Amino acid sequence: MSAVAVNADRVVTADHPVLAVRGATKRFGSVLALDDVSIEVRGGEIVGLLGDNGAGKSTLTKCISGVHQLDAGAILLDGAPTQIRSPADARFAGIETVYQDLALFDNLTPGQNFFAGRELAVPQWLPRGLRFLQQRRMDAETRVLLANLKVTLPRLDAVVAMMSGGQRQAIAVARSTVFARKAVILDEPTAALGLRESRQVLNLVAALRDQGNAVILITHNMEHVVELADRAVVLRQGRKVGELVPTKDNKQELVSMIVGA
Amino acid sequence: MPETGNTGTTIGEAALTASRKQNAVPGLALGLMLLSAGPVVILVLLIIVLSFLSPYFLTGRNLSNILAQTAVISVVAMGQHLVILTRGIDLSVGSNLALASVVGALSFHAGAPALVVIAVMVGCGAAVGAINGLFFVFGRLPHPFIITLATLSIAKGLALQLADGRAIPGMPDSIDALGREAVWGLPGSVFVVGGVAAVLFVMAKTMVWGRWIYAVGGRPDAAVRMGIPVSWVLVSVYVISGLCAGIGAVILTGRTDAGSPLFGNLLELDTIAAVIIGGASFLGGRGHLGHALIGALMIGVIRNALNLLNVNVFFQLIVIGVVIVIAVESDVLRNYLEGRMRVMQAGRQS
Repeated sequence: MSAVAVNADRVVTADHPVLAVRGATKRFGSVLALDDVSIEVRGGEIVGLLGDNGAGKSTLTKCISGVHQLDAGAILLDGAPTQIRSPADARFAGIETVYQDLALFDNLTPGQNFFAGRELAVPQWLPRGLRFLQQRRMDAETRVLLANLKVTLPRLDAVVAMMSGGQRQAIAVARSTVFARKAVILDEPTAALGLRESRQVLNLVAALRDQGNAVILITHNMEHVVELADRAVVLRQGRKVGELVPTKDNKQELVSMIVGA
Repeated sequence: MPETGNTGTTIGEAALTASRKQNAVPGLALGLMLLSAGPVVILVLLIIVLSFLSPYFLTGRNLSNILAQTAVISVVAMGQHLVILTRGIDLSVGSNLALASVVGALSFHAGAPALVVIAVMVGCGAAVGAINGLFFVFGRLPHPFIITLATLSIAKGLALQLADGRAIPGMPDSIDALGREAVWGLPGSVFVVGGVAAVLFVMAKTMVWGRWIYAVGGRPDAAVRMGIPVSWVLVSVYVISGLCAGIGAVILTGRTDAGSPLFGNLLELDTIAAVIIGGASFLGGRGHLGHALIGALMIGVIRNALNLLNVNVFFQLIVIGVVIVIAVESDVLRNYLEGRMRVMQAGRQS
């Protein structure tokens, strides 16, 4: 599968974090949404991004994925400052995002969702939009991908509108595994899911890490943080207020940091 | 069913086979399938009933007549369909067609050869479409309703001005040939419709551009986040819609041997009605060219039948309007049923 091949080819440079944000500052009018926030994520590492509602988690991730632009500060990929002006820039740079609202196309099939904006098409010399879709190749890769990730869907030719919340979440996460070459950001991927469906999504997150990606996981679930995250970064009112290795014993400490008590 | 199938009608079928497999919610699935097959079934029923009501209806001559009369709506509806797929609307198509016909007729009288006259009409249509698209996207307008309403007025006024309010008779013979019988008793315009349909079908089904149209219509914000060049996709559908209006002008000037600022009156309503009656979703992202063509044919058949049955012309407008209401409500019903189905399937899984 091409996605795996891409990851195998990557030279992981140990001295630089794959993704680093330095001094991130973002204002919306008079509201200071991010105030000099710095985080680093290494390849094959999951960093839990924690914070109460309005702490700046989503703003930070949206700046990394190109939805918003930073007012000040820098985003570094493999140590090199990178300008991310649009979501297309971010995807091109190898950063995938699983949005809280999933950003799935209800009217398309799982395979069409995977390749949306990244369609396999020929011939290369034509402008992207005028190329012809390689539908069979995309279908085949979709089947391989889903099998590798152990995601089972009732039908691959049905549109995702007809699928359950867990299946849709799995599709959105699986999509990020197709193209992530450096970093994946997941915004509350298990919110609104049942136990079994959450488990499947958490396994996918682990698979993303095992591919060598730098993973940022936003969640409110402390169990998941302790289980999966190598480090936890806590934001409060737009500032970074703490960073520690989450264990069963310091859960309470994390919660105090989040609420500021 | 191939895995490429992603559009409106396939949803019901997929749902039905899925439910057979899981033995779940067959009632809902059946309802969905009936809704997606609805327009074709109704068209066939309509034709059967009408062939009993009027002995003249099912004659080759009348059917050829219907196709000739539906050619303009069909071509323009295909462009309108692409716009509606992206959750938009193009109100300017009728005026655009009128302007293109006038500009075409004037260019012919200025001595342009037939091919140039055709290029002028199609180009004029595409140019108005480009204005629609560029203003909608880069003028940051909230909805294409506004800009296409404006160009509806501007193009109409321009056409009346240029033609001094009158029809301009006389068109190149090769364009007039489109209105005459060509092969197998069919008018040349039918082959133009077929050609446009074939090209658009290939573009929408097999090209990345086509996939992007469905993505933009399905979730515009997600399309941006997935790196799809949404602005240009939107501009392109308005250009194609205008281009189709220009082709409609070629057909209509051919049939009437004239260009006229009064052409295309209420064509925006006919084409929007055709797309919706045919079964495409007004909510965007769902439907295919076949829907536009079936809808156009249905409008043609209804008009023709009401004529044959000597029904008052005014009544035709009422009938078409009622059919639109039925079509839009069945679209709403389809969305409701799909929502119910999803809830029930999710319930079964947990």
